[in-house]
Amino acid sequence: MTRNGLRALIVDDEVAIRRFLRVALDGEGFVVLEASTGKDALMALVKERPNLVLLDLGLPDIDGVEVTRRLREWSQVPVLILSVREQEADKIAALDAGADDYLTKPFGVGELLARIRTILRRQASGVAEPVFILGGLKVDLANRLVTMDDREVQLTPTEYDLLRALVTPAGKVITNHQLLHQVWGEGYNDLHILRVNISNLRHKIEPDPSRPTYIHTESGVGYRLSFRTGM
Amino acid sequence: MDTRPDPDELLKHIQAEEPSRGKLKIFLGYAAGVGKTYAMLEAAHQRKKQGVNVVVGYVETHGRVETEAFVSGLEVLPHRHVEYQGVRLTELDVDAVLQRRPALVLVDEFAHTNAPGSRHSKRYLDIEEILDAGIDVYTTLNIQHLESLNDVVAQVTGVVVRETVPDRVLDDASEIEVIDLPPDELLTRLKEGKVYIPEQARRAIQKFFRKGNLTALRELSLRRAAERVDDQMRAYMRTRAIPGPWPAGERLLVCISTSPFSEKLVRTTRRLADELNAEWFAVYVDVASKPELNLANREQLGKTLQLAEELGARTRTLTGRTIPEAILAYARKHNVTKIVIGKPVRPRWREMLAGSVVDQLIYASGDIDVYVISSRLEEKQPAIPDEWRPHRPLGRYALGIGLVAIATLLGMSIRGNLEPANLVMLYLASTVIAAIFLGRGPSLLVSILGVLAFDFFLIPPYMTLAVSDTQYLVTFAGLFIVSLVVSTLTARVREQAEASIQREAHTSVLYTLGRDLTSATDLRHVAEIIISHISQVFGRQVAIFLRENGHLQVFASTPDYQPDTNELGVAVWAFEHDQPAGLGTDTLPAAPLRCQPLKTARGLIGVLGVRPRESGRLLITPEQRQIFDSFAHQAALAIERASLAEQARQAELLQATEKLQSSLLNSISHDLRTPLVSITGALSSLRERSLMLDQEARDSLLETAYEEAERLNRLVGNLLNMTRIEAGAIHLKKGPCDIQDVIGAALEQLGERLAERQIIVNLPPEMNLINLDMALFEQALVNLLDNAVKYSPPDRPIDINVSQVQNTFRIEICDRGIGIPAEDLEHVFDKFYRVQRPESVSGTGLGLAICKGIVEAHGGKVQAENRIGGGTIIRIIIPKEITE
Repeated sequence: MTRNGLRALIVDDEVAIRRFLRVALDGEGFVVLEASTGKDALMALVKERPNLVLLDLGLPDIDGVEVTRRLREWSQVPVLILSVREQEADKIAALDAGADDYLTKPFGVGELLARIRTILRRQASGVAEPVFILGGLKVDLANRLVTMDDREVQLTPTEYDLLRALVTPAGKVITNHQLLHQVWGEGYNDLHILRVNISNLRHKIEPDPSRPTYIHTESGVGYRLSFRTGM
Repeated sequence: MDTRPDPDELLKHIQAEEPSRGKLKIFLGYAAGVGKTYAMLEAAHQRKKQGVNVVVGYVETHGRVETEAFVSGLEVLPHRHVEYQGVRLTELDVDAVLQRRPALVLVDEFAHTNAPGSRHSKRYLDIEEILDAGIDVYTTLNIQHLESLNDVVAQVTGVVVRETVPDRVLDDASEIEVIDLPPDELLTRLKEGKVYIPEQARRAIQKFFRKGNLTALRELSLRRAAERVDDQMRAYMRTRAIPGPWPAGERLLVCISTSPFSEKLVRTTRRLADELNAEWFAVYVDVASKPELNLANREQLGKTLQLAEELGARTRTLTGRTIPEAILAYARKHNVTKIVIGKPVRPRWREMLAGSVVDQLIYASGDIDVYVISSRLEEKQPAIPDEWRPHRPLGRYALGIGLVAIATLLGMSIRGNLEPANLVMLYLASTVIAAIFLGRGPSLLVSILGVLAFDFFLIPPYMTLAVSDTQYLVTFAGLFIVSLVVSTLTARVREQAEASIQREAHTSVLYTLGRDLTSATDLRHVAEIIISHISQVFGRQVAIFLRENGHLQVFASTPDYQPDTNELGVAVWAFEHDQPAGLGTDTLPAAPLRCQPLKTARGLIGVLGVRPRESGRLLITPEQRQIFDSFAHQAALAIERASLAEQARQAELLQATEKLQSSLLNSISHDLRTPLVSITGALSSLRERSLMLDQEARDSLLETAYEEAERLNRLVGNLLNMTRIEAGAIHLKKGPCDIQDVIGAALEQLGERLAERQIIVNLPPEMNLINLDMALFEQALVNLLDNAVKYSPPDRPIDINVSQVQNTFRIEICDRGIGIPAEDLEHVFDKFYRVQRPESVSGTGLGLAICKGIVEAHGGKVQAENRIGGGTIIRIIIPKEITE
């Protein structure tokens, strides 16, 4: 799928990484813009109005989380965070500040393009899909009907809400707290109930709950709904 | 004659001209009131005009207006006040002077004795400390306070001066200014009331201030000053190799006894030595056959030897059979030219009997001169006789009488059958027995009683004392003489034996100490040995002070003794000044303990403190002091050895650690580089030679590069984790976790490494949530699973078993690999530990160590076990916390 005319802004202070990202995005038909500092990124956002931002968290001048916060004040552009492993707190902060998803370095080009696809997909269609299909899972949001391989699955209201909260981002990650707030309300911070319900949900829709294919755990951050086995 | 400059003289000269020590100028007078203090103040004002920083340390104005006027122009340092027996005394404040650091300080009355509780017992020691600190001092002194002149002054004036200073202090002074005043003028001043005299001394001073006295004193002081000038001149000439009237290299030796008269001998010898410009020795001979000295004698001897040392002699205690022998042997060995000895004080008849030391010495002296010095009549106190022990248990006399009775009874039973001459043998026998076993007194008694009994009971007419035949007087005399000789000989032999046992005991004590010390290895052990030996031998409490972290601190002491801060202060002083301090010394004599610096060739290493158990005088006889010094020296050596051994150990340890670290670094660097080799190789091939490769080859290279890059990534991650664990920088973010969730995430992360492997997950039906740091725990599981995959064949399944046992959670990762050898089971969790395998398996050996670190941070533990049927079980045990 080519992205004719779509503009992508790469923000990273490492030349080699920018080079690699440029090649990858060029190949997909993006018009690639580069910035190496937070300030430059914010300026480019205003001037160039890109359609996609790839943002490194570890920038020299302004923190990546801060950049996200600032650009979210006036822009809804999809933002993909590039982070180092073990920076869970930063990832959560960036996601809470409005980033759409993240990638842990080092990553392969396949993963990169998959994530880009996911976050652009939502953009493309302006209206929410009433029916969500992923592998054998089919969620009919209008009718509150869930089926796995065409068999109906009985969910409690909470479990359904949880599933809907996972489905709505359409493949992007959602943090634990975002899930808690969406399903149980603001001010609800206890993870117990989340874990228990995720477990119940998995038992109902996953062929092998111990090796999930739909509901994937991002340890320490949250969960992601996508269809993949293993990787 | 060698005209080269004498190196010792040169050194002394250089040292004298060195700016590092302060210069002492003494204003010397011959009596109170000649104007010393005034002259000192005048000189001080002169220096002040020249711009020198002058302060007044301590000046007695005695209320005299002129003097006070002079003082008021100068800065006066505050005095120190001491309370002593209800009286408030003022003393020089040494610390104030040291702190103020003037260029010059004025301190009156050089010979003053400080109040008890002061740092030093005498003011001249205070002044020495000030000079050591590089501050110049002006002071005043009266000639009668000089130690070597003490007896002469007493002779002249009839007043014995108690406060004395050792002559060496005068000799070491940079300048002496004699303040002279004709005696007539002084007397006039006295009449006019211009001379200060303390009320108590008024009467004595009247006696003192007679013209004859004053003239004699004046002469003494002028002569002494002249002697000094002469010395200086000669020293000067010698350093410049100017030939002059050199002395013939005389050496003097004075023989000291336990008599107080020896003090005068010592002073006389000092004056002689001064005149002849000679070295001198002071020697005491400890005759082997003589019994141990009693307390008073020992103290007197100690005092005399100390005086000799202070006056500049080299002291020795010699042992020998007789005094003349020992002295002459020593004298010849050390090239002594003149011997000084005191005139005998014992009565003539005793001298004739026992032999006169002086006579023997004179006869045997050969070419050595002998000066025989007379004593003054008042001082004729013979040494306390100790050949006659005054206390004999009365029991022995009773036994003696008993012996006589037995002999008599025996004799009476056989008196008819034997000649009296033979009966005498009974009494002879009993006399000898008494002499050997009971001592001289009882044996003399036995001899007298024996003769009487012999006469009474065994000589006809029986039962009378009439001596019918005067030949028995001879018998009587014979018995008496025999008893005397035998008892004396026996007594002497016994005493000699005791003396050598005593000496042997001392030597063996030193030997035992030395032997025990060689076996001690560490410092604490050495200290304990030293302390226990010293406290045994000297019967005192002991403490050893060593320097730790730059400060002297108590390192070890006898169990019932803990030195307080005051005692530590004494030790610190001794250490800083490299001099003994405390009880029995000149410095801080009021302290309860005596401190001896411990010194080796490398320098001062600490201080040895010794305290008597009952607070009383510290008795140090010359022998005891020698032994104590030997102990201290041995102790110093042993301590130094132990601490050097410790340092060597540390150095070894450091070396070993560094070696280990460098080998680890090598291993890690190898492990990091290896994947890079493949990556660089593959990519460079693709870059440079891609046209020559077919698709398959290219794919294979790319595959290799990618896999190796992933491997490198994991390795880097492991190293970082390990570093974090080691640094204790693991901050757990614990939250309720579903173990199934974590397992699933771990399996997902492993991804391709699991390949087609079958993973069986067993969970209990009702599983609680566990409080874990999810990301870290996932990492731990990943490491365990990775291991299981690496070390078991791909067609064998891996089991993950989760269970709740009592109040713990258990997670077991089980594989069907080749297992772990029994001896390695404990060590597999060690860093960088890799079990020796036939096939080389990649990995740094950190995985299990990281897992252990993470689990232990959660308060749990890990175990490794071999599995029944082959394979390994790694078990994680986490204690249950209330999570609901």
